Amino acid sequence: MAETKSVIGTQNKKGQTYTDTWKMMNEAPRTPSFFTGSEVIKEALRRASCDVMIAYPITPQSEAAALIGELFAEGYIGDYFRGESEFAVMSQCAGSAFGGARVFTTTAGPGTMRAMENFPMWAGSRLPIQMIVTCRGINSPLSIQPDTLEIAYLLNTGMLVWHAETAQDFFDWILKGYMVSEEPDVHLPLALCCDGFFVTHTKDVVNLTPANMCLPPYDPYRSPVPCMDMECPPVRMMRDPFVMKSNYISYATHASWQQEIWAAVERSRKHSIHWLNGLIDTENTDADVVIVASGTAVSQGREAIRLLEDEGVRCGLVKVKTLRPWPEEEIREATKNAKHIFVPEFNVTGWLAKEIRATIPNPHRVHAGPHVCGGMTMPPEIIVSEIKTALGMKTFSLAGRGS
Amino acid sequence: MSDYRVLPGPEHFLPPAAASMGIRLPNPGEAHINGVITSEEQAYEEAARQFLMAKVPTIFPGPLVLWAWNEKAAKKATAIRHLFNTLKECVQPTQKPMLIPMPDYRPKYPKINPEVEINPNHPNLTIWHNKIDCCIFIGVHCHQANLSLKIIRGGTSCYTIAMCAQAGHEDAMLSFRDASVDKIMRLADTVKRLKGTVQPRSSTKNGASN
Repeated sequence: MAETKSVIGTQNKKGQTYTDTWKMMNEAPRTPSFFTGSEVIKEALRRASCDVMIAYPITPQSEAAALIGELFAEGYIGDYFRGESEFAVMSQCAGSAFGGARVFTTTAGPGTMRAMENFPMWAGSRLPIQMIVTCRGINSPLSIQPDTLEIAYLLNTGMLVWHAETAQDFFDWILKGYMVSEEPDVHLPLALCCDGFFVTHTKDVVNLTPANMCLPPYDPYRSPVPCMDMECPPVRMMRDPFVMKSNYISYATHASWQQEIWAAVERSRKHSIHWLNGLIDTENTDADVVIVASGTAVSQGREAIRLLEDEGVRCGLVKVKTLRPWPEEEIREATKNAKHIFVPEFNVTGWLAKEIRATIPNPHRVHAGPHVCGGMTMPPEIIVSEIKTALGMKTFSLAGRGS
Repeated sequence: MSDYRVLPGPEHFLPPAAASMGIRLPNPGEAHINGVITSEEQAYEEAARQFLMAKVPTIFPGPLVLWAWNEKAAKKATAIRHLFNTLKECVQPTQKPMLIPMPDYRPKYPKINPEVEINPNHPNLTIWHNKIDCCIFIGVHCHQANLSLKIIRGGTSCYTIAMCAQAGHEDAMLSFRDASVDKIMRLADTVKRLKGTVQPRSSTKNGASN
């Protein structure tokens, strides 16, 4: 709707060229670089034409937040400041997005939980904020170690939720994430999750797009809701009809509003498929045994498959990339031949296994595990052990490892 | 393709959002009728037919075309005026075309005046009061349009059309996407071309019923 001329091919104040995102992500040359996940977040933000980044320290995202501060000092980020708390940060993100800015923030663990009230508000306000969640323990006793329990709490906020396996996923998905969440028919916040430390503090070779290319800027006039101004502040939508009245139409409006958020999650499906090349990746799904996982559990599952091959057990793999939208049909199709479905997870509740059980026919095929939590690593051998035990094969205990 | 169809209501105490029922938005160059993807050509014909059949065909222009915030919006507003004038020329004396602007979505307190406005939070009041049996949304922000279209589908039997500047609306019975001045004019041309070939409904049941 906005009458704007295309900026593609022009330069920003840092001399970066605004580039068609599809070309930048799929056709531009890539340079292999040896970076930590946190450094990769910084490099993605360098190319993201981000207007506002708001930070608050909590491990393990603090390093990425600090590195983005360097980007601000270099002039790549429009504005950058520290909030008073995680709740304040997320509220300030909302204010910035209401004002028409492309917004980025990072969080982890208890910080995510402390700010939780804001996330359904972001979704309800159709704010395409991107939030990196570097998952860590959230429960007592206090832990800073990787644990994906917090993702379970994000699944019903109305946000898009993606779960990156590697730093390469992270780099690509930060940039592609804005393209999906800013579509007018989507226009929802994105929680882009990774397993803290395993991704953020580990060095890996990541293929980066040229630093002199950047995303086209956000156009707030493509928003499905009116842009905020002094005549139309966001609080006005909260006034009379929903909160102050008790009648059928007020309730119907609020109900329709909530339904519209989940309709927007559904609409994100085709855009996510377009940008991520599908909501899942699969290997050997004609096998009797299939591992379904998200995040770094995918990597561990992949290694377990290699170990099982040595023992003559053929095993397939499903990598779940997006949790919202949930790849229901894709998972049903990928697991239709499986007699045994294993879901290794880095959390105590097994939320991914529950989602899969609720999705597929004959859910007794799902083995919820192995689970680790509280920051424990998941050696591929325990996945192998779990699978062999289920198949009636002899296995050895791994409990004596370490001390 | 979903078996669900987006049909005139009243559908349900709380109808589902059509997107959650598997209805997908059209790609560029396409439209949808009742949730089924069609060519734009078919959609022009059907939209014009619905207008010419209706007892009270109504245009609801929204802020994106009512306020002259850029040159394109002003041109669209002129085109909508042309569509309304064409409609008035093409209907029979028993039909009563209306144009009800939607300049502002902010909640009205204590109640809206359905004679002069449609509030997205209370679209059924305007539909009922004016006995509107076919309407088109143009220039309404997508989220507000979807709310209204769903509430209308839930509580009235009005046939809804959406001409969206973006990706379209599943919750309308018929939706165009990427609305432009040309598309509005083309709809007006189609109405003109079908003049006299479509009989208005005789039943008074349609439209404002619930």
